[in-house]
Amino acid sequence: MAPLIAARGVEKHFPVTRKFSEVLRGERPINRAVDGIDLTIGEGETVGLLGESGCGKTTTGRLLLKLTQPTGGTIQFAGEDLNQVKGPALKRFRQQAQLVFQNPFDALNPRFTIFRALREPLLNAGIPETEHADRMWTAMRRVRLPDVDAYYDRYPHQLSGGQLQRVVLARALVLEPRFLVADEPVSMLDVSVRAGILNVMRDVHATMGLTAVYISHDFALVRYVCARTVVMYLGKIVEDGPSAEVVERPQHPYTKALVQAVPVPDVNQSRAPLPIKGSLSQAQAPQGGCRFRDRCPYAFERCASEEPLMREIVPGHKAACHLL
Amino acid sequence: MPATAEAGARRAGGGLLAGLGRFLTLVRRDPFATAGILIYTVFLFVAVFADQLATHDPNQILYRANGRVASNQPPFGAFILGTTNLGRDIYSQLIYGARSALVVGVTAAFAVVLIGTLVGLVAGFFRGVADMILMRVADVALGIPFLPFVIVLASFREPSVWNVVIGMALVVWPSTSRVIRSQVLSLRERTFVEAARVTGSSQARILFVHIAPNVLPLSFVYGSIAVGWAILTEASVSFLGFGPTDTASWGSMLQQAYAAQALSRGWYHWFVPPGICIILVVVAGFFVSRGFEEVLFPKLRD
Repeated sequence: MAPLIAARGVEKHFPVTRKFSEVLRGERPINRAVDGIDLTIGEGETVGLLGESGCGKTTTGRLLLKLTQPTGGTIQFAGEDLNQVKGPALKRFRQQAQLVFQNPFDALNPRFTIFRALREPLLNAGIPETEHADRMWTAMRRVRLPDVDAYYDRYPHQLSGGQLQRVVLARALVLEPRFLVADEPVSMLDVSVRAGILNVMRDVHATMGLTAVYISHDFALVRYVCARTVVMYLGKIVEDGPSAEVVERPQHPYTKALVQAVPVPDVNQSRAPLPIKGSLSQAQAPQGGCRFRDRCPYAFERCASEEPLMREIVPGHKAACHLL
Repeated sequence: MPATAEAGARRAGGGLLAGLGRFLTLVRRDPFATAGILIYTVFLFVAVFADQLATHDPNQILYRANGRVASNQPPFGAFILGTTNLGRDIYSQLIYGARSALVVGVTAAFAVVLIGTLVGLVAGFFRGVADMILMRVADVALGIPFLPFVIVLASFREPSVWNVVIGMALVVWPSTSRVIRSQVLSLRERTFVEAARVTGSSQARILFVHIAPNVLPLSFVYGSIAVGWAILTEASVSFLGFGPTDTASWGSMLQQAYAAQALSRGWYHWFVPPGICIILVVVAGFFVSRGFEEVLFPKLRD
C-alpha cells in the first residue's frame, strides 16, 4: 500500500493567554496541542485516533485536512506537501479530503435545505450541473437515505440526529473523496442510532475504498470500524498497531489504563481501580522525558530524563515506553 | 433516477412563489406583524396615489367664492379636514406628507441597512486590521449627536428631505453594524462554516452565501426600526424649521400649526392627524420587525 498521507514531526502550538505575572516575567507559555507526530497512512487504510479529551486528536484531524496550519513539520498528501498547497491545488485537495463532524446539529447551514447542502460541494468543485442529481442521489443511497424526495426540501432542524449525520456523511461523499476524517462521528447521537451510522460507514469504506481517520475516545467504535488504532497522549503518539492487537494486548501503560476503563455492561462485576492517577486537566506536559510519567504507576528515573521513542514490539505494533 | 432529476428541476423553479406564500401564512399568524404590514400597505397606497387622492394642491392658498382667503375653515365641510390659517387644505397636505415620509423612511433605512450590514459582515468575518479600523470609525460616528448633525447639514446644504437620509446614512449605521458584527463573530465559529470551507467554498462565498443570510433577519429588524426613526427625524427637523418649505410633510405641518398657536386656539383638526400618522408609521416599523424574525429564521416556523 502506497502511503496516501505521510506526516513528519507535525507540531501545532497555540499561544496561551498570559497571566499578569507571566507578562511581567516576559514568559510566553504555549499549549502544545500536537507536539511532533509521525504518522503514515496507506491508501485504503482505516485508522482510529484514540485518546482522552484534550490530547490533540481533533487538532491532528484538522491538520491533516489543512484546516489549520502546523507550527512545525510537514504533511504530505499523495506526494504533495500540504504546506505549499494553495490556489487551484488547494481546490483539488478540498475535493479529495472531507470531514464528518462531531455535532450533526450544527454541521449544516440552518438556512439551507438538504438539497442545497448536498449541492454546495458540487457547485464549489465546478461539477457540470447535469451530473448533480445523479451524484447526490448516489451519495444519499450510500448513506441509506434513498427516499431523496422526502429529504431534499427539508431543513436541518426538521431531521433527527441520525438522519442529519447521514446527510453530513452524504455531503462528504458527494465529491467521491479519497480521504475522510470523522471527528467523533457518533458521540452526539443516541446509542440506538449509532450502530446504523457505523454500519453505513463500514460499507462506504468497503465499496469506495476510502482512506479514513476516525477520531474517538471509544475503543469499541474504533475496533468495530478501523483496522488500525493509534493512541495519543498530550500531543504525542504513544501506541500504534492493528486494532485487535492494541485492544487485546495493549503495550503502553496509558493504553492499558484506557482499555481497562472501557465500561462493561455488568453492574455486579468488580473492577480493579485504574492504575493511573489524576486527570488530563492536571497533567501539564512535563518538559523533557516521558510526558506520561506524572500519572504512570511504573515511572522510574529514566522516564524523567529521556523521552521514550516509538519501538516495534511485535511486527506492526509500536509503542513508546522505556519498559518495553 | 429520472424521478430525482425531475425533482431537481421542480426545486429550481417556483421557489419565489412558495416563499411568498410562506411569508403570507406566517404574517397571518402574528397579529402584530399583520397590523404593521396593513399600516405600511395603506400608507404606501396613499403615497403612490397621492395625486389622485388629494383634493387640492397642498401648497396653494385657496379662496372662497366671495374672493376672500379660505383660512381656518372647519373640518368635514367643503374641506375634508379644514384649512390652515393661511388657507391651505390640511387633508391634501396630509396625503402628500405620506409621500415624503415614505421616501425618507425607505431610502434612509435602505442606506443604513446596506452600510451597517456590509461593515458588520466585513469587520466580523475578517477581524484583524479591517475590524479595528471599521469599528473605530463606528465609534467616531456614534459620538456625533444625530439631530444637531442633521441641522448643521441642513444649514450647509439646501434644506431638503435628503439631509435626513444623508445624516442617517452617516451617523446611524454603527448600531446596526455592531450587532451584525457580533452575530458574525459567533456564526464564523459554527461548524457549518467550517463545513463550507471543507467543501471548498471560497472566502467570499462563505461570507455572502453561508453567513450573510443568517444575519439578514437582524438587518431587516434594524431596517424597519430605521424607517420609523428616519420619519421621526424628518418630522423633528421640519418641526424645528430646518426642513424644506416647498414640500408638504407631517413635520412641517406640525411646525406651521405650532407657529399659528393651533393648540391654544383649539384647531385640533390641524395637528392631530399628522401626529397620529407619524405614530402609526413608526409603530408599524416595530411591528413588522417582529414579524421578520419569524419569517427569516426557518426554525421558528414550526
